[in-house]
Amino acid sequence: MKALKTLATIAAVIVGSSPAFAGSTLDAVKAKGFVQCGVNLGLYGFSAPDEKGNWSGLDVDVCRAVAAAVFGDSTKVKYTPLSAQQRLPALQSGEIDMLARNTTHTLSRDTANGLNFTVTNYYDGQGFMVPTKLGVKSAKELNGATICVLPGTTTEQNLADWFRANKMTFKPVVIEKNEELTSAFFSGRCDSFSSDASQLAAVRANEAPNPADYTILPELVSKEPLAPAVRHGDDQWLDVVRWSIFAMIAAEEKGVSMANVDQMAATSADPEVKRLLGVTAGNGKALGLDEAWAKTIIKQVGNYGESFERNVGMGSKLKIARGQNALYNQGGLMYAPPFK
Amino acid sequence: MIRPQDDIHNATAAADVEEPSSAVLAAPSAVVWKPLNWAKSNLFDSVPNAIMTLLAVLLLWEVVPPLLSWGVFNATWFSADGTAAACRDGTGACWALMGEKNRLMLFGVYPYDQHWRPALATALVIAMLATSALRRFWVPALAYAWLGVVLVVAWLMWGGILGLRYVETPQWGGLPLTLGLALLGIVLAFPLSIVLALGRRSNLPAIRAVCTGYIELVRGVPLVSVLFMASVMFPLFLPEGVTIDKLLRALVGMTLFTAAYLAEAVRGGLQAIPRGQEEAADALGLPYWRKMRLIVLPQALRLVIPPIVNQFISCFKDTSLVTIVGLYDLLAATKASLADPDWRPFFVEGYIAAALVYWVFCFSMSRYSQWLERELATGTRR
Repeated sequence: MKALKTLATIAAVIVGSSPAFAGSTLDAVKAKGFVQCGVNLGLYGFSAPDEKGNWSGLDVDVCRAVAAAVFGDSTKVKYTPLSAQQRLPALQSGEIDMLARNTTHTLSRDTANGLNFTVTNYYDGQGFMVPTKLGVKSAKELNGATICVLPGTTTEQNLADWFRANKMTFKPVVIEKNEELTSAFFSGRCDSFSSDASQLAAVRANEAPNPADYTILPELVSKEPLAPAVRHGDDQWLDVVRWSIFAMIAAEEKGVSMANVDQMAATSADPEVKRLLGVTAGNGKALGLDEAWAKTIIKQVGNYGESFERNVGMGSKLKIARGQNALYNQGGLMYAPPFK
Repeated sequence: MIRPQDDIHNATAAADVEEPSSAVLAAPSAVVWKPLNWAKSNLFDSVPNAIMTLLAVLLLWEVVPPLLSWGVFNATWFSADGTAAACRDGTGACWALMGEKNRLMLFGVYPYDQHWRPALATALVIAMLATSALRRFWVPALAYAWLGVVLVVAWLMWGGILGLRYVETPQWGGLPLTLGLALLGIVLAFPLSIVLALGRRSNLPAIRAVCTGYIELVRGVPLVSVLFMASVMFPLFLPEGVTIDKLLRALVGMTLFTAAYLAEAVRGGLQAIPRGQEEAADALGLPYWRKMRLIVLPQALRLVIPPIVNQFISCFKDTSLVTIVGLYDLLAATKASLADPDWRPFFVEGYIAAALVYWVFCFSMSRYSQWLERELATGTRR
């Protein structure tokens, strides 16, 4: 796997450093009639095919939103499932138009790998889960705790770094296999279990004997902002994808939902809503899209909150709380710039 | 060493027993109860053997009953409501997973309402394979039948004409993909490997160098990196707008890889043919290709059936690596169906089912090759 990563990096650098692709992605996408979207082979809640082969998930919703913005039809997407090694070269070689595959936004990917990240559509990070009966309310109380953790540099390393920074100690219980690790935790071998917060939520919802007996602590010890990405060198396409996501976030903020979008477009007096929904023209033209682009996104895909609840939130099997992914005015990090 | 007093009752069982003492002791009771006699002479004929037997029985006692109660008696076979709730309450295996997810596992993301097409195509190919395996069907008409089947299968999978909806290759998946990749990989690699093997033994230095270089280069890298090159690096060097089907790229990668290994197996067979055979063919004035086709290759290939089939089996299993290039082969489709958190705790059942499918195909190949060896060895049997 390491050799593969090296190969992928080499491939990425070769293309990343070569001149940008000529021609507009938006025009090419319009000409072929669909958005080619790179997704995960199967990560429930983000992008996974169901038993009927239909794709769904938070990342898939971004692909659908872009299709809705460009074509007025959220079904005009073709999905390219990608392995972790493949995802960056697939975008660079032009095999896909956009990458929505739970990819962490980092400096090296943004630069040397030739990607442009759009907007973070999920803030993840490594967290802790503890049995509720321990009465622990904060990770700062975990001094001296035994912690179940998967081997591998980042997870263990993040943990060690965080405990050292807080002048605390812990005893790691390192178990290679995910399933064994979770059963070790639920059988009481460790005081706490540390992994990405979204994973903790999934494990608690589906593998805990009684989910209510376990608490996920609020602290996150690493930053994993997951963002859809496009190629370097096509600013127009970058804008289209970026503002498609912003439209979903702004819609949630303004209370525009799948159900009331038509009514809001007809009756709302809020100038921001009018601009968002294309009642006041201008935004569509600026992006090279139809004026109703954002209205179509909300009508067919929903606002960010709806997408979140449906795929990973309380309405899904994962039951992840909004946390950092709540709107900025509700204590989260989701924030859309003004639509003007 | 069959002793006369034994051969009426248990000639086969006693065939490998040599100590006269046990045979003498066992002889009277053999008439009364054969298994006891057999057990005494085979399982308890010495102290170490007796200990081994007891240990083996103990191991089976420890392993088999829990396995049966997990896999059969306490297993949950059906899920009434389509959720994993029944499995969570049960203590045994959750075969209800198959009931819920079999379509995704078998056909990947092929359009759901069109699943009959890959199912029919797979059935056709398996039926044709079974037919072709029998010697009585080895007639020229078989080639035409295959041509017809290939066309029908292609039509079923792709569609686009004669009333079938077009389904592009990125949507293919599951068993048809695994089977198709393996079969085409083998069928295309085999002739290529013969050419490579002959080339490596050629008297012409240029051809020999090219073939040797190719074989050594490809054998020197893992299949994963060949696939990775084919599907990730290769498109980077193509002009913009030119894309080659991902499935085709993976297939070409697998074929080139398998051919290099097969070539060495074939070369082993060529080297085993005595020099005199070729010289005799030369003396008859046969040109090179006829000499090879009529004299050398038939003998050489028969000799190397075991390593060739070995390579076929390994090629079949190697198809599971195409998941690295984002294709849903059987194993990747199984993994994708286990992404559903509802069913994730029952991953063992999913992998057992996938393993069983692989085993059925590989075991069939292996048994068939043994039969083929016996069948073709008529005349040289010693």
